[in-house]
Amino acid sequence: MIDELLVWLIFFLPLASFVVIALFIRPFLNRYAAAAGHLTIAAVGASLALSVWALGSVQARGESTALLWTHDWMEIGPLDLNVGVMLDPLTAIMLVVATAVSLMVQVYSTGYMRGDPGYARYYAYMSLFTASMIGLVLASNIVQLFVFWELVGLCSYLLIGFWYQKPAAAAAAKKAFIVTRIGDLGFLLGIMYLFFNREAFGANLNVLEITDIHAAATLGLIGGGAATWIALGIFAGAVGKSAQLPLHTWLPDAMEGPTPVSALIHAATMVAAGVFLVARFYPVFEVSPAALDTVAIVGGVTALFAASMGLVMNDVKRVLAYSTISQLGFMMLALGVGALAPAIFHLFTHAFFKALLFLGSGSVNHATGTFDMRYMGGLRKVMPWTYGTFLLGSLSLAGIFPLAGFWSKDEILAEAWRHGELVSQVVFWLALAAVFMTAFYIFRVLFMVFGGEFRGGADADPDADPHGGGAHLAESPAVMVVPLAVLSIGAVLAGFAANPTVDLGLIPSFWLTEFLGEKHSTINLGLAAFSTLAALAGIGLAYLMYSAKRISPERLSRRLAPAHRLLYRKYYVDEAYELYGVRRGLYGGLAYALDWTDKSIVDRTANGIGWLGANVGGALRQAQTGQLQVYGMAVSLGILTILGLYLFFS
Amino acid sequence: MSLESFLIVGAVIFSIGLYGALTKRNAITVLMCVELMFNAVTITAVAFSRYVAPSAVIGGVEGAAGAVLTGQVFAVFIITVAAAEVALGLAIVIAVYRSRQTVLVTDANQLRN
Repeated sequence: MIDELLVWLIFFLPLASFVVIALFIRPFLNRYAAAAGHLTIAAVGASLALSVWALGSVQARGESTALLWTHDWMEIGPLDLNVGVMLDPLTAIMLVVATAVSLMVQVYSTGYMRGDPGYARYYAYMSLFTASMIGLVLASNIVQLFVFWELVGLCSYLLIGFWYQKPAAAAAAKKAFIVTRIGDLGFLLGIMYLFFNREAFGANLNVLEITDIHAAATLGLIGGGAATWIALGIFAGAVGKSAQLPLHTWLPDAMEGPTPVSALIHAATMVAAGVFLVARFYPVFEVSPAALDTVAIVGGVTALFAASMGLVMNDVKRVLAYSTISQLGFMMLALGVGALAPAIFHLFTHAFFKALLFLGSGSVNHATGTFDMRYMGGLRKVMPWTYGTFLLGSLSLAGIFPLAGFWSKDEILAEAWRHGELVSQVVFWLALAAVFMTAFYIFRVLFMVFGGEFRGGADADPDADPHGGGAHLAESPAVMVVPLAVLSIGAVLAGFAANPTVDLGLIPSFWLTEFLGEKHSTINLGLAAFSTLAALAGIGLAYLMYSAKRISPERLSRRLAPAHRLLYRKYYVDEAYELYGVRRGLYGGLAYALDWTDKSIVDRTANGIGWLGANVGGALRQAQTGQLQVYGMAVSLGILTILGLYLFFS
Repeated sequence: MSLESFLIVGAVIFSIGLYGALTKRNAITVLMCVELMFNAVTITAVAFSRYVAPSAVIGGVEGAAGAVLTGQVFAVFIITVAAAEVALGLAIVIAVYRSRQTVLVTDANQLRN
């Protein structure tokens, strides 16, 4: 049985690593920057071990209530704030995902970031991020959760803008920060609304404690209307963090950061925090059907919409970014149709295969010096390990039997199908279309990067980053290949081994689903075959277009020029936000109004007061003659006047 | 002799002094007028001391209040201060004369700027 100190250690180890690197290694011992990497790996490795222990403890305990340790933080009037850790199945799974992927990424980064002047700074940020993510998962209080929620956002900002001398990276970091902040405003409003409803909780339940919120929702203390507003506020935060429509625009741009960052933060953990957040407050969502339907529809539309943009991108990391948005949409729609366990299951498997794909793209970039697929090709023979692992990741993402992605995706589709309401029906077909597109775009990437002949890499790419130093085709070093291999094991096994359809002895059937306290559904074979067919059709089309060259992509894009341009320009969403949101709304509306107020009201008032002082003073100056006797006369007359008035009136 | 007579004399002397202090241009004359005003105040103080203070302080027993001498003490102080003031004033007048070759108060208008 795990005790409180050890649970806190999971959080404090990476934090200590951050403190040591930021305060000692980077300022004083930057010559030994390699120590920063080793320290981070050690800290995260220890956290992973403790997380596995925590998972085992929760499993052995076998109760649905959370292990909870809380301490008083502060008490201000009616505000009674605690700080603590809670350990329940959801937390335990998220802990293992976050620390496992983080460990692989840290190992990989020692190869990918080798020789970077900001090596120690990179590991400081990575440690801080890992600590914040663990803190976010462990938080027992909604305010504490919000603090870590903002901290992971801060780390995301710092790491996207890691190469801050690149203007595109600096702009992307700013964009990510501001766009997610719009969602966070909703989250904050949700917390405030919750707090203003604290009377409904009675004397025994603390309105800010997560377990008490669960209890209040289950007991029906929060009414339908209030629950809807609280749930929508929380969901707004999730939409920003998980890059759901309409706040998805920051994630593709966030690919300006180093590739391991994209793998850890923008694929496996931080963006999945939105899904985690909805799952964490799921009892509140369950009270409000309207909120659940909103989640389902936003998730379903995002899944299809993002996948469609992934079809035409030329930058391999951007394809993966749209893929991530689309897969997060999958998880959201699962939550929306009431399938909590399949959503977390998909989060679990997705973390492995998407981190694998991102790290694979980083490995490819390491060799070719570019991310543009038009200048890659033929890497299959040069980089056999990268190719093999990338293939496994792609098959898993496409949802091919028996890889991890198949099981989780299929459960989501089955749940959406089973529900049979109108919303579930709509999102089922959206998701199925997204499955087809997913298979197509990821195999387009595979064929363009690894198939055919090499097309020059960074030497041929006019936009290549000079940081890369040109193309030098070779397999990446072992520190990069080993994490790929480990993650590809996860990408193959994380599905069947974690949630098997039959009893495996060590792992009982549907372990993950039942661990999360949900009833499992039987597997729907017809549906599984149908979705696999859709995925195979996508792979076949990609094969015909990009490997066998039976269909010319150029001719197809010319024939469908308007549609192609619409997708390639990302539905003009960025342009619309720029024009209506920023130029007309902020510059033309708000900034103009503020400028007018400042100039016509504030400035005029200030100038008027100044003018009054100067002119009254000018008039009074005339009375200052310098003649002492005149002053004396004035004083005497004044006294006479006062005396006269006194005598007259008394 | 009644109190009013002393007060009238004091008021007349004070008014003459004030008039002179405000109208004369020669600084010496102005100083002399200020002395007149001092003396007027001294007369008033002594008169009040003699006629008003005892009855006010010691429950109306006239003549029994030789001990209460506030007004007289004030008069002595005023004479002392006036002497010091004259010494200082004349010193200033001489200093002004040395630097500007004039003792007219209307010419001492440097405070204007």
